[in-house]
Amino acid sequence: MDPQPAQEAAMEHAEEHKDPPYFLVWGVLFILTILEVFFAFTGLPKFWIATGLIIMALWKALLVAMYYMHLRFEPRRMWILAASPLPLAVILVIAVLTEF
Amino acid sequence: MTTDAMALERGYMPGMRVYNLKLGMWVFLLSEVMFFTGLIGSYIILRFAHPTQFAEPGVVLNVPLTAFNTFVLICSSVTMVKAYAAIATGDQKGLKIWLLATIALGTFFVGIQVFEYIALAQHGFVPMASAYAAEGGALYGSTFYTMTGFHGTHVTIGVLCLWFVLWRAWKGAYSADSLGGVEIVGLYWHFVDLVWIILFTIVYLI
Repeated sequence: MDPQPAQEAAMEHAEEHKDPPYFLVWGVLFILTILEVFFAFTGLPKFWIATGLIIMALWKALLVAMYYMHLRFEPRRMWILAASPLPLAVILVIAVLTEF
Repeated sequence: MTTDAMALERGYMPGMRVYNLKLGMWVFLLSEVMFFTGLIGSYIILRFAHPTQFAEPGVVLNVPLTAFNTFVLICSSVTMVKAYAAIATGDQKGLKIWLLATIALGTFFVGIQVFEYIALAQHGFVPMASAYAAEGGALYGSTFYTMTGFHGTHVTIGVLCLWFVLWRAWKGAYSADSLGGVEIVGLYWHFVDLVWIILFTIVYLI
């Protein structure tokens, strides 16, 4: 069996998105990290600080997944696969909460 | 022969249109999501249940140092993805340089974490300590070291995998036609970065 065709998908994948904005994403991640640190010590009520920080963290995580893990350029079925543990994660946390 | 049968023979997962190794890495990473959800979920629940056992942000943990370390890990994600982009265009030299940069940044991250652990331990913040808890107990120390320790272990494993990929790159194992290994280890590395982004926010800032 020819081993090369097994890598064809990666090749096609690389061809599809030759020049994603890697450094732009890096800049946004950097700015969001600084914003997070300052926002954490603004003295706002704890609820709003936690909400703001979680939104910024999820935004950063999404940028990493979309651009660095190339999820943005994957077929939709890969998105479904990648998102599949999220409802399970929510169920896990809720299940533990009910024990408490 | 059907299209799916041909895909199978060639190492593709039919339907998913990705090669098996990559699909396997994604499935592994999804199991890792559940692993870290268990840790983070437990931390949140314990913190709600015993708020006096946890210190406010910046009181015990060194936020500026860890924010800098977060930035280091973010930089390592850029160098990793640049390594992938380099080999996708057949740039062997670029692949090796960016891989070396990723290894250096990853090692630096672990080094800072070890330095942080030593400094915290010297100030009495150890897994079983109650020195910083208003009502006593060991929840803060044990949850902090469990979560950051598991993450640090993942980074260390990632660095070792990157050394292996670099060694293979030196032997000329990768090309624009065959870059699966770089992509797979890259996925793992970015995932480790992604987990740290969440951990940093929850453990250090909230």
